[in-house]
Amino acid sequence: MSEHQEQEHRVGNPMIDFVVYLALLAGVGLQILASFLNLGILNPIFAVGIAVAMASLVALFPMHLRYGSKLNMLSVGACIFTFMILIGMVFMDCFSRAWGSW
Amino acid sequence: MSDSPAIAHGALEAGHHEHPAYLHHQFETVNQQADAGNFAMWLFLLTEVMFFGGMFTLYFIYRNWYYPAFVSASHQLNITLGAINSVLLITSSFTMTLGVWFAQMRKQGALVVCLILTFVLGLVFLTIKGTEYKEKWEKHHVPGSSYSLQSFVNPASDPVAVAAHDKALPLGMAQKTEVYFSLYFAMTGMHAMHMIVGMGILLFMIFRARDGAYTAGHTAYVEYFGMYWHFVDIIWIFLFPLLYLVNRH
Repeated sequence: MSEHQEQEHRVGNPMIDFVVYLALLAGVGLQILASFLNLGILNPIFAVGIAVAMASLVALFPMHLRYGSKLNMLSVGACIFTFMILIGMVFMDCFSRAWGSW
Repeated sequence: MSDSPAIAHGALEAGHHEHPAYLHHQFETVNQQADAGNFAMWLFLLTEVMFFGGMFTLYFIYRNWYYPAFVSASHQLNITLGAINSVLLITSSFTMTLGVWFAQMRKQGALVVCLILTFVLGLVFLTIKGTEYKEKWEKHHVPGSSYSLQSFVNPASDPVAVAAHDKALPLGMAQKTEVYFSLYFAMTGMHAMHMIVGMGILLFMIFRARDGAYTAGHTAYVEYFGMYWHFVDIIWIFLFPLLYLVNRH
């Protein structure tokens, strides 16, 4: 396989990256808009939800996670899963003891 | 992950096919080398996820405990400057993506322009961040012995608090605004530190790119740096709503 052929599948697509760029700008607008709406408990959930969607776009396209090996995808998934377990246990500890209510 | 074009010594003597100059001796193919480097870069970034994740966890716990203090303290931040910084960083991420593409297309001039644009956008971001820090310093909102509770116990004395319709906080809760600003400076400071490191690498890359280092087929270094820069962008995507946009309605 020639060098050119080997690298061919890694080459990005600027059009897709431009669409992602516009989506990210729209995401910033949405974050600001959502913060001015009174959504009660949903406000931080919306803020984090939009941020997660934007971060996923960046990871999948400009960072080429979508086009990379399955090992990369598995590693990212395992990291997020482990992180959720860790913070889940921290949150359980904090909220079950009613710390901070003094 | 050196970007030096190492020669695959011994490969030809062992009877293997001819290697490109940048293929390290321990790899069979360019693809294998790229996959290994890419995986290593992801592992590094995942340690960064854990690092920043710890700070975000701390933020959520304290925000839940001292919500009124976090709301009043957050109102001291300027949404316009935060939004401009978001746009700047997302745009710099896009110019970096284009830079990677131009490196792959072997367009040296366009690559250099994209790297310079990325650098300049990063610099403007840091300048705005510096302006915000300066304002916090002048209002004594930097945690420490000179920290002032004036804006929170007597919001009528602060035009920013008046504009946000903030109510006076009890002294105990007002003191917790210092927790917010500690987290604000720790999180945005670490983010800025990552940007400064990234801009140092960018400067180095601009000089190397002018010599044609990344447009001769070996684009791995630009790609890995691009991943780092996008990661810095992702952190800001979370910082902006969590620090600037608390209870703005």
